Amino acid sequence: MFTVKRGRLAAIAAVAVGAVVALAGCASGDPLERGSTTSGDSKTLVVGSQDYYSNEIVAEIYAQALEANGVTVDRQFRIGQREVYLPDITGGKIDVFPEYTGSLLQALDKEAAGGTADETYAELVTALPSGLRVLDQAAATDQNSWTVTEAFAKKYNLTDIASLKNVTEPITVGGNSELETRPYGPAALKEKYGIETVGFKPVEDGGGPLTVKALVDGDIQLANIYTASPNIKSDNLVALTDPDGVFFPDNVVPVVSKKVDDTAAAVLNKVSAALSAEDLVSLNSESVNDQKSAKAIAAGWLKQANLF
Amino acid sequence: MNIFADALNWILDPANYAGPGAIPVRALEHLGFTFLTLLLASAIAIPFGFAIGHSGRGRGLAVATSGGLRAIPTLGLLTLVALWIGIGLGAPYVALTVLAIPPILAGAYTGFEAIDRGAIDAARAVGMSEVQILTQVEIPLGLPLLIGGLRSAALQVVATATLAAYVADFGLGRYLFSGLKTRDYAQMLGGSILVILLALALEAVFATLQRIVVPRGVASTRLPVDRARSARPRPGMEPAITKGNP
Repeated sequence: MFTVKRGRLAAIAAVAVGAVVALAGCASGDPLERGSTTSGDSKTLVVGSQDYYSNEIVAEIYAQALEANGVTVDRQFRIGQREVYLPDITGGKIDVFPEYTGSLLQALDKEAAGGTADETYAELVTALPSGLRVLDQAAATDQNSWTVTEAFAKKYNLTDIASLKNVTEPITVGGNSELETRPYGPAALKEKYGIETVGFKPVEDGGGPLTVKALVDGDIQLANIYTASPNIKSDNLVALTDPDGVFFPDNVVPVVSKKVDDTAAAVLNKVSAALSAEDLVSLNSESVNDQKSAKAIAAGWLKQANLF
Repeated sequence: MNIFADALNWILDPANYAGPGAIPVRALEHLGFTFLTLLLASAIAIPFGFAIGHSGRGRGLAVATSGGLRAIPTLGLLTLVALWIGIGLGAPYVALTVLAIPPILAGAYTGFEAIDRGAIDAARAVGMSEVQILTQVEIPLGLPLLIGGLRSAALQVVATATLAAYVADFGLGRYLFSGLKTRDYAQMLGGSILVILLALALEAVFATLQRIVVPRGVASTRLPVDRARSARPRPGMEPAITKGNP
C-alpha cells in the first residue's frame, strides 16, 4: 500500500546523481575554461565585461565602436568580479576590457600608493603584466565610495570619511561579501581612522536596489555604492568625500591585449576622450530608471557623440 | 582534482571552527533555517492538504496552485520580497516557504487519497464522527506519505537555503557567495560539500521517520502486500520527489 521503499530508493538515487553531476562539474579545475574558441581567430577581438551593469554598458560601447570601424567582436560579458576575470585578461583570453584605474591597480599591486587620477594611471601602466596595456583613461569615473543617507549625514555632520568618528550609534556596514576583505573595507576604516563598525551585512547585488533600500531603511548605515550610481541622487544619498585617498581614483580605462592594433586603439581612445563623468551617470540612469538594454544605451550614446 | 583536496583542507582547517563565521555556527544556522521554514510551510500546507484529502474537494485547484508555486524562481521571489520588506531573513523565509509548500501539500492530500475507502466506510459504520475518522483513521494512515512530502520539501529547502546569504549574514550560503566573489573555490566547494552532507543527514532522519510512522496494523500486513504489488506500482500515490532549485 505504501511506497516508502521505492520513494527512498528514488531519493537516494536523485541525491547520488545530483552529487556526481555537481562534483564532475567542479573537477575540471578552472570553471571559466572556455577552450580555444575565443583565442583562435586572429581577427576577432574578445570584449569582456564585469558582472556589473554599468561596466557592461561601457563594454558594449567599446564593442559597437570597434564594429563600426570594421572589427569583428566576440562579446564575453558579465564574467564576474575582478578576481574571476583578471586571470583571463592576463592569460590573453580577453582582448578588450573596461576597467577602473584605481581598483585595477590595487588588484595588481597591493602596496600601490595611489594619488591623483594621473598618478594612479601612471602607476597602473607600470604595474600591468607584460603583454597587457591600458589605453587612454576617460574623464568618467565610477569610484567606490562610503555612502550614507542624507539624514544620517546631517544628524552627525558628516562630510568626509574621517568624520564618521562623530557617529555615536553602532554602524553596520553593508555590501557585496568581497567588500569585507577589500583594502578599503571595514578593517581599513578602523586602522586608518579608528572608526568602529559593529557588523557586516552581506547584500550581494553590488550596490544595487537591495543595498540602497537597506541603507534607506536603516538596516545598514554605511554602504559601498559606486559614485556613478543614479541612486545617489534619486534616493538622497551622500557619498562621503575621500581626501586621504582611501579609495583610489577609478577612471574608466580600457585594458587591452597585444591583439589590439593601433587602429583599434585609436577607436577606443576616441571613445574614452568623449566619455565624461556626467555621461556615465546618465548612461547608468538609462539602465536603472528606464530599464533599457546595454545595447540600446550604448548605441544611443555613440549616435549622440557622433564619433564615427 | 586538486580543488577537492583544497576543499577538504578547508573543511578540516581548525581556523574555520572559531569566530563568528565558524562552520558549526553556519551549519546550525542553516539547519535552524530549514526547520523553521518547514514548520511555516507545514502550518500552511498541512491543514489545506487534510481538508482536500478528507473532503475530496478542491484537488484540481490545489494541483494547479502548487504547480504554479513550484514554477516560481526562488531567487527572483527572494529579491522581490526583499525589495519590499528589506534585507534580513524575512525575504528568504517567505521565498523558501513558498518553495516548500507544494511537496508538503501533495504529501498531505495524497496520503488521504491512498487510504482504502473500505477502512473509512468501516469507521463511519461503527459510528465514528467525522473528527474521529480524521484523527484516528485518516491522519495515522496518511502519515507516511505526509512525511514523504516533508522529506522532499526538506531536501529542496536545505539545498536552496544557501540563498539566504544573498541578503543576510546567515547560513552555509555565505561560503558560496564569498568564495565565488573572491575566487576562493576551495571555500566555495567546501561550503557546497557541507550543504550536501546536511542534505544527506536530513534524508536519513526523514527516511527513518517515514518507516517509524507506518501504523502497526498496516506494517504487519504491509510486507506481503508490498511483495505482491511491487511489480505493478500504482501511479499518483507518492508525492513526486523533485530536485531543489539551483
